[in-house]
Amino acid sequence: MKEILDRIQSKYNLQDTSFRTDTMAFTTVSKELAIDMVTYMRDYEGFKHFVMMSCVDWIEDNKLQLLYLLNNPTKKCDIGIKVFIERENPSMQSAHHLWKQLWTYQRELKEAFGIDFPGSPRVDENFVLEGWTEKPHMLRDFDTNKYAEETYFPREGRSTNDPATYMRAKLYPNQPVTAKKNKDHE
Amino acid sequence: MSELDINDKVNEMLHKSEHNAAAAECFEKTFVRPEDEEREVIAPDGSIIKVNPIYDYFSGKKPTEEKPCGGVVEKFLNWARAESIWVLGFGTGCGSIEIPPLMTPRFDAFRFGVQMRPTPRQSNAFIISGYLSVKTLKRVIRSYEQMPSPKYILALGSCTINGGMYYDSYSTINRLDKYLPVDVYIAGCMPRPEALLAGFMKLKELIKAGKAEKANEYARNFDEYKANQKKIIKDWNMPDYNW
Repeated sequence: MKEILDRIQSKYNLQDTSFRTDTMAFTTVSKELAIDMVTYMRDYEGFKHFVMMSCVDWIEDNKLQLLYLLNNPTKKCDIGIKVFIERENPSMQSAHHLWKQLWTYQRELKEAFGIDFPGSPRVDENFVLEGWTEKPHMLRDFDTNKYAEETYFPREGRSTNDPATYMRAKLYPNQPVTAKKNKDHE
Repeated sequence: MSELDINDKVNEMLHKSEHNAAAAECFEKTFVRPEDEEREVIAPDGSIIKVNPIYDYFSGKKPTEEKPCGGVVEKFLNWARAESIWVLGFGTGCGSIEIPPLMTPRFDAFRFGVQMRPTPRQSNAFIISGYLSVKTLKRVIRSYEQMPSPKYILALGSCTINGGMYYDSYSTINRLDKYLPVDVYIAGCMPRPEALLAGFMKLKELIKAGKAEKANEYARNFDEYKANQKKIIKDWNMPDYNW
């Protein structure tokens, strides 16, 4: 795994390469070289199995991050190829010609994050939502709570309890409240 | 009668004017799929027939209120209705997994006159079993409106009452009673089959007392319900009333 990455380091100018395990690495590549690198990994390094494609919204940096996860079934190793793309009018080169299942992944990303993949088949069709007219729902600045309150007639009188405090009061009513606290809830 | 005349007759029947005019009127904004578009097709005998799938198969007329006839007859009818609750086999959320055990020897809902049917045309009770996404709501409305009256809705689980744990989701509704009339709520997350049986007993009580008139309420407040439904179902590509 390390040897492969060393070999293509200069070719693709890899950055932030990290190893989760000996057989699993993640690396960041520029937007222009990403699909080129994915193609190279598939055709020459044996990463024939496309595991999945995903997206992360880095709203603080004003960027979206795509992740292509590939697997090499003979050497039993995985590589995650990360790409940063702009957050305003995001667009990325389509890779549907490499694996057909990317049609579906790219269609999902178009609906959930609004990323356009020009040329990808059926990319503009509905994926899971029907007739969605708001901004893409997986972007972090889409306020799902506010949207639900404005749209779906919330019922009055909804309240919530901290489970730890509630159960302590219920189970040990005589014990003072200053008893041992669960750090997870602080 | 020549072949041409027959074709005209068929076309006339298919496009029976008053029927379709009413449907077209209440069907303003369209998100018509290609397969639903109005078009001409060639029949097996070579004649050309105009088809308009959305209007041809459904009436598009508003539902009407059916006044109970009252007196002893109504009492008898209600007793009969309470003993035959035929449930549409339509699972909407995680609660649908609670319905199959009802039909096992352990819970045995058959002894209360409850049974499952595969089609809305044969059933009169609809169990909304859990959270309801907007996408599913569209199908639920379509199925509910196809059921013959009198019809009843049992709302199962807290999701149908106030959204439950999905209260802040962008795709699931909070209150079912804004979109469809609910006869009985069964609270819990999830309610066990016993609770569902208790809900059926409550529904039977209501029917026998003549209080399960929600289908009429739906007809009475039809415009209000429809406005709420259309507010969230943006791609409304069906007639207003799917009977």
